[in-house]
Amino acid sequence: MSVLVDQNTRVVFQGFTGREASFHAQASLDYGTQVVGGVTPGKGGQTHLDRPVFNTVAEAVQRTGANASVIFVPPPFAADAIMEAAEAGVALVVCITEGIPTADMVRAAEFLKGRPTRLIGPNCPGIISPGKCKIGIMPAHIHKQGHVGVVSRSGTLTYEAVGQLSKLGIGQSTCIGIGGDPIIGTTFTDAMTLFNADPDTHAIVMIGEIGGNAEETAAAYIREHVKKPVIGFIAGQTAPPGRRMGHAGAIISGGSGKADDKMKAMAAAGITVCATPAEIGEKVKSRL
Amino acid sequence: MKIHEYQAKAILAKYDVPVPRGEVAFTVDEVEAAAKKIGGSVVVKAQIHAGGRGKGGGVKVAKDAAEAVEIAKKMLGMKLVTHQTGPEGRIVQRLLVEETLPIERELYLGIVLDRAQGKSVFMASAAGGMEIEEVAAKTPELILRETFEPGYGLASFQGRNLAFGMGIPAASVNAAVSAMTALVNAYSDSDASLAEINPFILTKDGKVYALDAKITLDDNALYRHKNLLELRDLNEEDPLEVEASRFSLNYIKLDGNIACMVNGAGLAMATMDIIKYAGGSPANFLDVGGGANAEQIKNAFRILLSDAGVEAVLINIFGGILRCDVLATGVVNAARELNIKVPIVVRMEGTNVEKGQEILRTSGFNFTVADGMKDAAEKVVRAAKMGAAA
Repeated sequence: MSVLVDQNTRVVFQGFTGREASFHAQASLDYGTQVVGGVTPGKGGQTHLDRPVFNTVAEAVQRTGANASVIFVPPPFAADAIMEAAEAGVALVVCITEGIPTADMVRAAEFLKGRPTRLIGPNCPGIISPGKCKIGIMPAHIHKQGHVGVVSRSGTLTYEAVGQLSKLGIGQSTCIGIGGDPIIGTTFTDAMTLFNADPDTHAIVMIGEIGGNAEETAAAYIREHVKKPVIGFIAGQTAPPGRRMGHAGAIISGGSGKADDKMKAMAAAGITVCATPAEIGEKVKSRL
Repeated sequence: MKIHEYQAKAILAKYDVPVPRGEVAFTVDEVEAAAKKIGGSVVVKAQIHAGGRGKGGGVKVAKDAAEAVEIAKKMLGMKLVTHQTGPEGRIVQRLLVEETLPIERELYLGIVLDRAQGKSVFMASAAGGMEIEEVAAKTPELILRETFEPGYGLASFQGRNLAFGMGIPAASVNAAVSAMTALVNAYSDSDASLAEINPFILTKDGKVYALDAKITLDDNALYRHKNLLELRDLNEEDPLEVEASRFSLNYIKLDGNIACMVNGAGLAMATMDIIKYAGGSPANFLDVGGGANAEQIKNAFRILLSDAGVEAVLINIFGGILRCDVLATGVVNAARELNIKVPIVVRMEGTNVEKGQEILRTSGFNFTVADGMKDAAEKVVRAAKMGAAA
C-alpha cells in the first residue's frame, strides 16, 4: 500500500502544454503513471503527448475521470488553478508552482475549506509512491518501493534522504513534498496521520526547516498518536534570523521558527533527530 | 522586500492613518528646510532597514532647525549599528525629519500572517515602544489578537475589541479603530507580509498617530505593484546579493570562509549546517535553482568568489534530472574562465555521475571529488584550513 496516490490514480496536468509540464508529464508517463490528459485554456481539442487537452479542469474531469491534478501554471495564475481543480471535484491537487503571492494562497486556502479536495504544496516537488505513481518533478530513479514514508518541506533535500535510503536498500511507501511556502495545503501533521494509518508504512522520515511551527505541532501529534518510528531532520540550524532562506516560508521571525526549538520539540516527542542530513539513512536503518 | 519608515508612512497616510508631519531629507540643507517648514522642535530619524535605531543613536530630538542641522551633520554618513544590523552596521543616507508630539501612551499595532490558520492576524498591545518579540516572551497576555477573513478586512467590532482591550479611552476609540482598519487596508492592498506601527501613540489631547511604521512587502506579489517596486533601496542590500538577484540566484552572504553552491533551498541550508558540524563556517547560502545551467554556474562562481573571505568552495548538487557530465563541464569552464585558485570540493549525484567525476579529475584544476555530504563537508573544511595555514 501507500498513501494518497497509487496505480489507480488518474492525473491531469494543469498547464499541460508548457515546457516544464510537458517534460514532467513525459517522465510520469515513462514511470507508468496514469496521465489521462491535461488542461491549457485555449488549446482544448488538441492532443499533447498522445493525451487530450481540455480548456477547463471540469471538462477534463468529466471526460477522463481524473481524480488528481498537478499544477505547472505560472505563479500569478496558480492559486486560481488550485481553486478551479477543487471546484471540479478533483480529490488530490498537487501544486508545483513556486512564487505564488501569499494573499492569493490565503484566498485559495479559504476556498478549499469545506471542500473534500486535498492540496499538496505549493512550491513542492510533488508526491511519489515508488513503483506505482509519480506526480511531480522528483527524479524517479532514486526511489525504491518499500515501507518508509517520507514527508518534507524541501525538494532536493528530500532527494538526498531518499537517495540514502535506497542506497541502503530501504524502500519508500510514499514520499510527499509538502512545500516550502508559508501557506500549504497538506501539513506535516496531515502526512503523519496518513502514514500512521497506512499498514504498509513502517517508519516515517520527517524533514523540516526553519520558519513557522508546523514541526512542533506535528511533534505534539506524534507524541500522542504515532507508534511507528519517526526520524527527523531540520534544515537551517546555521541560518541567520530575519533572512528568508530561499523558500518563502524559511525564515526565523519574531524569535520563532528556530531550528533548535523544532529539534527539541521533536526529540521530546520521541523522534530520532539527525544532527546532520548525512545520517538520515543510517538512523532510519537503526530504527527499523 | 523591506522599505523605509518614511515610505511606509507615506503608504499609511494615503489610507488616512494619522502620521506626524514630516519630510525625508538626503542632505543637511534638506534637513534644515524640512525642520524650518515643520517649525518648533523636530525629531531626526535615520532611515535604515533595521530596527533598534533609537538605542544605536539613530533617533534624536532637536529643539529647533539649527540643532536639527547639527544632528544631521553627524547622522548623515554615519555607520549605525543596531542589534539587527550586525556589527558591520549600515551607512545612514536618508533622514526623516518630523514634528514632535505630546505622547500620553505608547501602544503596538501589527499584522502578520498566521501560517497555521492560513489567515492574517491583527495584533495589538498596550505594551508599545518595545519589541513585540520581547512582549511575547515576557508578557504574552498583553498581546491581543483578531484574525480577519480574506477579502473582508478588519471589522469595526474587531477594532473596538482591540482598542478597548488596550484600554484606549472611549473618546479616542473611534480614531483608533479607523487607524486599525486603514492599516489593514494598506496591508492588503499592497500585498504586505508584515505591517507594524510601533509605537502607535495616544497624545495628551486624545489623538492617535503612527509614530513609527514598518512594512515588508511580499516579494512574490511585487509583479503587480510596479509603484511599490520603486521603493527598493539597493543601498540597504548587500551588493553581492543584489548582483546575485540579477541572475535569479538566491544568495545570502554570511561571515564564514567556506562558500557553498547548492541546488535547492533545503539542501543549501542543510549544506551550511553540515559544514558547521564538520568544524567549518559557511560563507553564504546559495541556491542555484533546479535547472542550474553552465551560465548560472559561472555567475554563481563569480559571486561566491568576490567575497574576499572565501578560502574554499563546496559544490553540492543533487541532480537527479540534471546530468552530472554537463554540470562538471560547466564547473570546469567556469574555473578556467574565472581563473579560480581556491580549492573546490564537488559532491554531485545524478545521471552520468562517474562521467562527471572523471571530467573534474582530469581537468587539471584543484578539484576534490567527494562521496556524500559528510565526506564533502569534511574535505572542504580540511581544504579551507590548509588554505588558511598556507
